[in-house]
Amino acid sequence: MHAEEKMTLEKWPAAPEKQTLEGKNKFVGFWLFLGGETVLFASLFATYLALKDKVPNPEHALAKDLFEIPLAFLMTMLLLTSSLTSVYAMYHMKNFEFKKMQLWLGITVLLGLGFLGCEIYEFNHYVHEYHHTFTSSAFGSAFYTLVGFHGGHVVFGLSWIILLMARNAKRGLSLYNAPKFYLASLYWHFIDVVWVFIFSVVYLMGMVG
Amino acid sequence: MSTNAQKKGFGATLWDFLTTVDHKKIAILYMIAGGFFFLVGGLEAMFIRIQLAVPNNDFVGAGLYNEILTMHGTTMIFLAAMPLLFGFMNAVMPLQIGARDVAFPFVNALGFWLFFFGGVFLNLSWFLGGAPDAGWTSYASLSLASEGHGVDFYLLGLQISGAGTLMGGINFLVTIINMRAPGMTYMRMPLFTWTTFVASALILFAFPALTVGIFLLMFDRLFGSNFFVTAAGGNTVIWEHLFWIFGHPEVYILVLPAFGIFSEIIPVFSRKRLFGYSSMVFATVLIGFLGFMVWAHHMFTVGLGPIANAIFAVATMAIAVPTGIKIFNWLFTMWGGSIKFTTPMHYAVAFIPTFLLGGVTGVMLAAAAADYQYHDTYFVVAHFHYVIVGGVVFAVLAGTQFYWPKMFGTMLNEALGKITFWLFFIGFHLTFFIQHFLGLWGMPRRVFTFIEGQGFETANLVSTIGAFFMAVATVVLLINIIITSIKNEKVGNDPWGDGRTLEWAIPSPPPFYNFKQLPLVRGLDPLWIEKMEGKKGMTPAEPLGDIHMPNNSFTPFVISFGLFVAAFGAMYRLDYNWGLPVLILGMAITFGSMFYRSVKDDHGFHIHKEELTDDNDKGVKA
Amino acid sequence: MENNQTNTGNPSVDITYRRKRNAEEMRHQVISFALMIFFTVVAFVAVGSGMSGWFTVPFILLLAAVQVVFQLYYFMHMSHKGHEAPALFLYSGLLVGLITILTFLTIVWW
Repeated sequence: MHAEEKMTLEKWPAAPEKQTLEGKNKFVGFWLFLGGETVLFASLFATYLALKDKVPNPEHALAKDLFEIPLAFLMTMLLLTSSLTSVYAMYHMKNFEFKKMQLWLGITVLLGLGFLGCEIYEFNHYVHEYHHTFTSSAFGSAFYTLVGFHGGHVVFGLSWIILLMARNAKRGLSLYNAPKFYLASLYWHFIDVVWVFIFSVVYLMGMVG
Repeated sequence: MSTNAQKKGFGATLWDFLTTVDHKKIAILYMIAGGFFFLVGGLEAMFIRIQLAVPNNDFVGAGLYNEILTMHGTTMIFLAAMPLLFGFMNAVMPLQIGARDVAFPFVNALGFWLFFFGGVFLNLSWFLGGAPDAGWTSYASLSLASEGHGVDFYLLGLQISGAGTLMGGINFLVTIINMRAPGMTYMRMPLFTWTTFVASALILFAFPALTVGIFLLMFDRLFGSNFFVTAAGGNTVIWEHLFWIFGHPEVYILVLPAFGIFSEIIPVFSRKRLFGYSSMVFATVLIGFLGFMVWAHHMFTVGLGPIANAIFAVATMAIAVPTGIKIFNWLFTMWGGSIKFTTPMHYAVAFIPTFLLGGVTGVMLAAAAADYQYHDTYFVVAHFHYVIVGGVVFAVLAGTQFYWPKMFGTMLNEALGKITFWLFFIGFHLTFFIQHFLGLWGMPRRVFTFIEGQGFETANLVSTIGAFFMAVATVVLLINIIITSIKNEKVGNDPWGDGRTLEWAIPSPPPFYNFKQLPLVRGLDPLWIEKMEGKKGMTPAEPLGDIHMPNNSFTPFVISFGLFVAAFGAMYRLDYNWGLPVLILGMAITFGSMFYRSVKDDHGFHIHKEELTDDNDKGVKA
Repeated sequence: MENNQTNTGNPSVDITYRRKRNAEEMRHQVISFALMIFFTVVAFVAVGSGMSGWFTVPFILLLAAVQVVFQLYYFMHMSHKGHEAPALFLYSGLLVGLITILTFLTIVWW
C-alpha cells in the first residue's frame, strides 16, 4: 500500500499509523525522542528541586506562599480531560471517521488553550502580586524555566495539532497523515505526563512546604 | 533524477550537495566539514604547543591563550571528532545493515546543517570580538564572569549544533531498529553498527542534559536569570553536574564508534572472524550503561563528600572490565590470523597499546584520593589525549584510509598512508607521553606559560617537537588525498580483497539506492559466508522491483540558517536595537520553513525496475 | 503487523469486528480516565486537608506514578504489541533522569 493512495473504509488497516515504513519509522523515532525528552524534563525537575525556595532575601516569596489549590486543580483537570479527548480522536481515526476525529481534536485544542490561558493568568499573578519573577531569585528562574518549558511544549503541541487539522481538512485521512495525527496525540499525552509530575512535585509538594 | 554526477558542472554539484538527503553524500559533507574543523582545531593545538615550547614565551598573550585553549577543546570534541564519526556512521552503517537509506533522510540532512551552522557560528567569534575563553567545560562561575560575547558564541553555537547531533542520533537508532535487511538480526550486526547503535543511544540520553545546562547558562548570561548566581540563591555546582552528565557519556559517544571501526578493520586484515563477537556486543552495551553512572569522577575535588566520591570511583573502575574484554578480543582476533599490515591495520595495532595506556591512567585517576594529586595537572591532559587521540583520532585516520574506496571509489596511497601513520604515531607519543611526567612533576594545566628553573623546560620542548610531527603527518595525509583524487583510479566492490560485511558486496561508491535488491543475510559477516561458499556476491532476498526514494530538499539548509540568524539576534539583543528584530526574523525563517515542510506533500519518487535493469548486469532472480 | 491476524478476507466483517474491539478499548480508556481523575482529586484533597508532609509527599508521588503508568499503558498504548523499543528507551531515559534528580537532591548543596 502506498502512502498517497486514496483510502476507503474497506482498505483502512487496523493500525494505520504503522502501515507504511515511513509510519513505522516515525512511530519508533518519536518514542525515542520522548525518551530524550524524559531526560530533558528530569534535568529541569532536578534543577528546580535543587533551587526550590533559594532566594536572595527573607522577604522574597517562597513556594508555600505562592501556590493555590483551586487554580492548580483547574489546570490539571483541563489538561487531563484534553488527554482523554485526544484518545477519542485516535479512536475515531482507527475507525476511519475523519469528521469525528477532527471534532475531538478541536475539543482538545480548546481545552489546551484554556490551560494556557490559566497559565498566563497565573504567571501574571505571581509577578504582580508577589514580585516573584524570572530574574528575582534562583527559585524564580528555576520555577519559570520548568513550568515555562512545559508551557512551551503546550504551545508547540497546539500549533502542531491545529496545523494538522487545517492541512488535512479537505484531504481526509490517508496512510500518509495517519502517523502524523498519531504522533501529535502521543506528544499531547506526554505533555500531560509531564504535567502530572509538575502538579505533584511543584504545586502540591510546594504547598506542603 | 540523474544517477551520474560526473558530468555535472560545479554549480549543479554544489546545489546537489546543498539539497541532498542521500546518506552517502551527507557522509561526505560531514567528512569535509569535520575535516575542516579538525584542521582548525589542529592549528589551535599548534599555537598552544608553540606558546609552551619555551618558558616565559610571549607568542600569544594570556587572554588569547585562554581563547585558543577553549576553542581547541570545543572544536575538537564537538566540531571535529563527532562529525567525522557521524560521517563514517552515515557512510557505512546503512550499507552494513543492508538498508537503502536511513530512516529519516530529511532529518539526516537537517542534522548536518544544524551542526554546520552551529560550528560556523562558534568560529565566527574569532572575528567578532573574541572567542570563548572559559574552557571547553565553561564552568559557570568563570563563564558568567567572562566579558564580551565569547561565551555567548559558545552557548548558542553548541545549542544549535547539539540539536543537530540529537537528530542524527535518533535517526541512526531508528534506522538500525527498523531497516535491517532480511536475516540481519541484532546479533548478526557488524560491530561498527552495534557501536553506532549504543553511541546513538548515549547521544539521545546525554544531549538533553547539555541542552538544559546550556539553556540555563544562556538565560543567566543573556536574560538575567539566577541559576548560577550565588547571591540570588543560585548554585554553580548545578552546571558542573549537568555538564558532566552529558560530558562523560560524550567520551563514550566518541570512543565506542572508534572501537567499532577497529573491530571492522582487525578481522578483515587478520582474515579471521572477530573473536568473542557476543562478548564484544555485551561489553559495548555495558560500557554505554556504565558511562552514565560515573560523571562525578570529574568532580572529585569539588567536595561532594567521601560517600559520593567512593561510589563514583568504584563505578569508574568497573568500566575497565568491559574495556579489558574488548582489548583481549582484539588481540585474540589477531592471534593466529594471517595478518596483512595495511595502513588501517597499522593504526589498529598501534591503537591497542596506546589506548591501554590511556585506560590505565584512567583507573589511576578514578582513585578519588589520588585524584586530588593529579587533578588539574598535565597528567590529566596526557590521560585524555591518550584516550581521545589514541582512540578516536587513530580510528578516524584508520577509517579514512579503510573506507575511502567505499566512499569515493578510489584507494588512498598506501605508502603515503604509512608515512602519515609513522609520523603521527611517533609525534603523538612524543607529545603526550612526557606530559604524564610533567603533570606528576607539578605542572598545572590551562596555564599560558611557565617560568624557568622548575624543571619543565626540556619536557615541554619535547612535547612541542612531537606536535610538529603530527602536523607534518596531517599535511602528508592532505597531499595523499589530493594525489589520489587527481589520479582517481577506480576500484571494484571489495578493494581490500577480504571484506566481510555487506558494504563490500556493492559497487564503490554505491549507487544512490545502495542495493538493487535487498540482500539475504545468513549469518555474521554475510559477505564472507557467501565467499566461503564460492559465490561472488550476496543472494537477493526480494525480486527486482520499484525502489522508493525521497526527494532532495533545500529546506534543511534554510531551517538551520534561520537559527543561525536568530542566534545573532539573541546575542546582540541588549547591545543594539536591531537585535530583537533579527532574533524574530531568524525564528520566522526557521518556523516558516518548518511550516512549509509540514504543509507541502512530499511523497518522494520511484525508480522503476526497467531503469535498474539497463545496467550491465541483469538483476538476479530471488 | 500487529492486529492483522484478524483479517478474514471479508472487509466488512473485519471492520465490524474491529469497530467492536475499538469500542471496547475505548471503554477501558474512559475507565482509566475516571481513575486518573480520582487519583488527582485524592492527591489535592490530601494536600488540602493539611496532613503531615511525611505522609502526603510520598503519597502524592505514588499517585502521580500510578497515573503516569495509566497514561503510558492505556492512553499511549504501551500495553500493545510492538512497543518493545519504545519501552526500552523510555525506561532508559527515566533511569538516567531519576539518577539526575537523585544527585541534585543529595550532592548539589552540602
